[in-house]
Amino acid sequence: MYRYIIRRLLIVIPVIIGVSAVVFFLIRSIPGDPALILLGEHSSEESVEKIRVQLGLDKPKVIQFFYFLYNMARGDLGRSFLTNEIVSLEIYKHFPATLELTLCSMAFGTSVGLLLGVTAATHRNSIIDYVTTVISVAGISMPIFWLGLIAIIIFSIKLHILPISGRLDPTITFKARSGLIILESLIKGNFTVFKDALYHMILPAICLGTIPLASIARMTRSSMLEILSQDFIRTARAKGLPARKVIYIHALRNALIPVVTVIGLQFGSLLGGAVLTETIFAWPGIGRLSVEAINARDYPVIQGCIIFFAIIFVFINLLVDILYAFIDPRIRYD
Amino acid sequence: MKKFFKVFKNKAALAGLLIILFFVFIAIFANLIAPYDPYEQSLYDRLQPPSSRHLFGTDDLGRDILSRIIYGSRISLAIGIISVALALGIGASAGLVSAYYGGIIDTILMRLFDIMLAFPTILLAIAIVAVLGPDLKNAMIAVGIVNIPTFARIVRASALVIKEQEYVMAAYALGQSSFKIIFKHILPNIVGPITVQASLSYGGSILSAAGLGFLGMGAQPPTPEWGAMLSQARSFIISAPWTVTFPGIAIFLSVLGFNILGDGLRDFLDPRLR
Repeated sequence: MYRYIIRRLLIVIPVIIGVSAVVFFLIRSIPGDPALILLGEHSSEESVEKIRVQLGLDKPKVIQFFYFLYNMARGDLGRSFLTNEIVSLEIYKHFPATLELTLCSMAFGTSVGLLLGVTAATHRNSIIDYVTTVISVAGISMPIFWLGLIAIIIFSIKLHILPISGRLDPTITFKARSGLIILESLIKGNFTVFKDALYHMILPAICLGTIPLASIARMTRSSMLEILSQDFIRTARAKGLPARKVIYIHALRNALIPVVTVIGLQFGSLLGGAVLTETIFAWPGIGRLSVEAINARDYPVIQGCIIFFAIIFVFINLLVDILYAFIDPRIRYD
Repeated sequence: MKKFFKVFKNKAALAGLLIILFFVFIAIFANLIAPYDPYEQSLYDRLQPPSSRHLFGTDDLGRDILSRIIYGSRISLAIGIISVALALGIGASAGLVSAYYGGIIDTILMRLFDIMLAFPTILLAIAIVAVLGPDLKNAMIAVGIVNIPTFARIVRASALVIKEQEYVMAAYALGQSSFKIIFKHILPNIVGPITVQASLSYGGSILSAAGLGFLGMGAQPPTPEWGAMLSQARSFIISAPWTVTFPGIAIFLSVLGFNILGDGLRDFLDPRLR
């Protein structure tokens, strides 16, 4: 198992270098001199040249890339053109909001998706089966930014039961050291904050969670249907095991392998979807940070955010691969 | 061909096709169907709710939303055609070359696509738009580029199977050129999976381009692109919710059409997945 993990970890390194190269050269191909953007158009040639040397922009692009990689390995992604803040620090500050949002969306999508998928498979051709099919097809066709807006109109504007945006009510002050408000308020026993944070989370999480929900429900259904028709399930039933045990222990565990792939793949869409969801709900995460950076042409921040998202995605895929090996030991020996 | 039309015995696939044909119809005859000019502003008619004069209401500049949605179908269909054609053209060629020649070419191309697949799609599209500049044409190119690896992988996988078939070996033994073997013997036999992927990617492309439009990185005002319409309507969500409702329904329905058609085609071509 360890050898398998190490082998998979080693494959990640060239992918991360490749990802960084793609982003680095893409951003560098944007017309315009970064030093000039940083200093403003009316600055003297001397100061522009000074900044160019300081940023290493006077060197060939390939050399610049190696410097960039070296700095990135030390956690240094440069400074924002706009605020002069350290980019890695900005990402560090915004990441907990995105993490909390994606985890809650994934929890929602996975639990509801699995439940719907299993129920649809065990009650084939029933109403719940048709509803699941409709949800799964509608879910992947739904523009989540529109779903978010409609949810705001219904639940926030018309019914006044859920907040429109943000992570906490502006009247509440709570300092979460980890940035994970829901978790930290729960640990500290501050239930007012916990309840408010949870209320703020409901709409964004459901909206973003629709993406994985649809695919997970669909994959669970088809995977369960295949497993339920196999001999060992018949044996388990013939032994007189209770139906619940047959479905959730014997069938679901075997049906989970393709579902885990879908969950892993969905994380990518979720990270991308976070950009849209965070924009709609004014959620102070990395997605919103990157959109603001693009609108302000703040290249170091754009570069940092995209590389960060891609690296997270690569590691999630790695985690999925390792998880596979746990669920299905045959994979390790390939 | 007769066999191909059997796919429409599947009710979902037929429904998908009908939805698509509906949008194609309104796109072609937009100038005849649309009750108003989609760009015509009328400040007296600002933010009018749906009525018999304006079935879907009007936006903040008094433009008829129904007319803008009808004209918008032209843009959305064009987005799908251009980005899928781009992805298919480059992706399929790369996949075919990769499968046929193998070796170092295969390794280099596939590793390159692995790297592209390491990006969440919309983020890579955003990065490309950031480089090219925010407009509709660049959004289509960006969405096309991010779809290249998917086509390349699917085509490569299917072509690898066909390549080992005896008739391909026979063509090779007869001394036919690589070009002829790839395009005459391999390509026609992998049209199935390509069609399925094209249909699914078409819906996905409309969705991604609308997302880019919503973020202000796709079509720019006053173009009646559905995503951009939603983005402009956001400020009026409280006073005029209809400005947000209808463009979203249009995006949803068109994407749904392509997705269920793609699903139907896949079920038809690969009954094991049913």
